[in-house]
Amino acid sequence: MAKVTMTVNGKTRTAEAEGRTLLVEWLREGLRLTGTHVGCDTSQCGACVVHVDGEAVKACTALAQELDGAEVTTIEGMANADGSLGVVQQAFQDYHGLQCGFCTPGMVMSAAALLKENPKPTEAEVRHYLEGNICRCTGYHNIVKAVMAASGQDVAPVAAE
Amino acid sequence: MYDFELVKPSTLQEAVAALKDDEAQALGGGQTLLPTMKARLAMAGKMVALSGVAEIKGICTDDAGRICIGGATTHATVAREATGFPALASLAARIGDPAVRNRGTIGGSLANNDPSACYPAGALAANAVIVTPDREIAADDYFQGMFETALDEGEIITEVKFPVPEAAAYEKFIQPASRFPLVAVFVAKFSDGVRVAVTGASSDGVFRWAEAEAALSSDFSAEAVSGLSAPDAGGMISDLHGDGAYRAHLVKVMTARAVKAAH
Ligand SMILES: Cc1cc2nc3c(=O)[nH]c(=O)nc-3n(C[C@H](O)[C@H](O)[C@H](O)COP(=O)(O)OP(=O)(O)OC[C@H]3O[C@@H](n4cnc5c(N)ncnc54)[C@H](O)[C@@H]3O)c2cc1C
Ligand code: FES
Ligand code: FES
Repeated sequence: MAKVTMTVNGKTRTAEAEGRTLLVEWLREGLRLTGTHVGCDTSQCGACVVHVDGEAVKACTALAQELDGAEVTTIEGMANADGSLGVVQQAFQDYHGLQCGFCTPGMVMSAAALLKENPKPTEAEVRHYLEGNICRCTGYHNIVKAVMAASGQDVAPVAAE
Repeated sequence: MYDFELVKPSTLQEAVAALKDDEAQALGGGQTLLPTMKARLAMAGKMVALSGVAEIKGICTDDAGRICIGGATTHATVAREATGFPALASLAARIGDPAVRNRGTIGGSLANNDPSACYPAGALAANAVIVTPDREIAADDYFQGMFETALDEGEIITEVKFPVPEAAAYEKFIQPASRFPLVAVFVAKFSDGVRVAVTGASSDGVFRWAEAEAALSSDFSAEAVSGLSAPDAGGMISDLHGDGAYRAHLVKVMTARAVKAAH
């Protein structure tokens, strides 16, 4: 066991980690930040995506000890300071970009990473960027619409079904 | 996952020393190793993280004009910065998904030598040199079959040097569930001939398609490929995603597409 300290959603946080402790376990069990989900054992679903030093990373496929000192943003850090939903979150609500919500934390974090890199992506770019985020419910079209809307673009041309 | 001790060297010398331990294993981006360890298909007493070793990260061009990529450089960095070799940057940009590319490294991919991985095709087609702390290995000698390479126990890839072809392209026929290639082909045209490397198809791992190389070296056109018969399906991977004959057929199709796309 070792003490691991990161800046999580702007605050300095410390919790214990074994060598094998994954970032997602450290966040969920160490800090009780359970917004970041685990949807698979195989690094394929993207439900666990968070930002590490500004980049999208699968928290289930990174070691907490390795990231000692890193700056991490999770879904809990995406709301505005007054507690209202952030732009991407609000767009997911407005465009029904979620049903059960299980994949949503990862979707929102991936979408936010995309929009930081590419503020006005095309529909094709959104679909390509979200390839690593699997949703069992929505059929993706509303998620793509939400991301287009969050980037301030017209969603009317996005495939309807 | 079984527990282990994690060490985080900040210099190559410390990393090499840590890997002398019989129990030790290198950790690149963990995008293959961590899922394998979670499934308890691999374990190590000590993991040596290479992500803090700055001297084996980054991209530069050497005096011979080769693109040199540090062994711990991520796929995302190659996609962004290997502008001197656009076909290689494009290969890196299509590996897995953005989160995989932000962590996964070229050294990890080449060390693992998955029979469906992308980088082995790029390295073999471009006739790259794989550099370790003690030696340089030509790509033709490096790949030794599925998951097998010329690396010794504990030997790490510090750099990969890519000669830049006159024209090149990587065509990936994606297997959408894994996002690995079902079959992918890297074609590289040099002044002294064409090299064609195929991944995802053979149960011996990445290989050079000699007949296509001969045909394309005298006539670099998609038509030159359509005149060939597909490589022997006998040694091809057969699984629920595609049988050997299908993969052999795809080799030909992807080669022709790569030649068309090459620039
Ligand atoms: C969802 C998903 C999709 C993917 N899609 C693709 C794809 O389309 N194409 C593709 O090619 N790959 C794909 N990958 C694999 C990915 O590219 C991995 O990053 C890569 O195979 C391993 O690199 P790594 O740095 O993560 O290595 P690790 O997982 O850390 O290590 C892999 C192996 O290499 C060894 N190793 C690591 N670094 C070095 C080094 N510098 N020198 C010597 N040995 C080293 C380790 O000891 C281990 O044995 C995918 C992975 C996932 C999870
Ligand atoms: S939990 Fe599925 S990719 Fe991380
Ligand atoms: S909303 Fe249910 S998995 Fe995406």
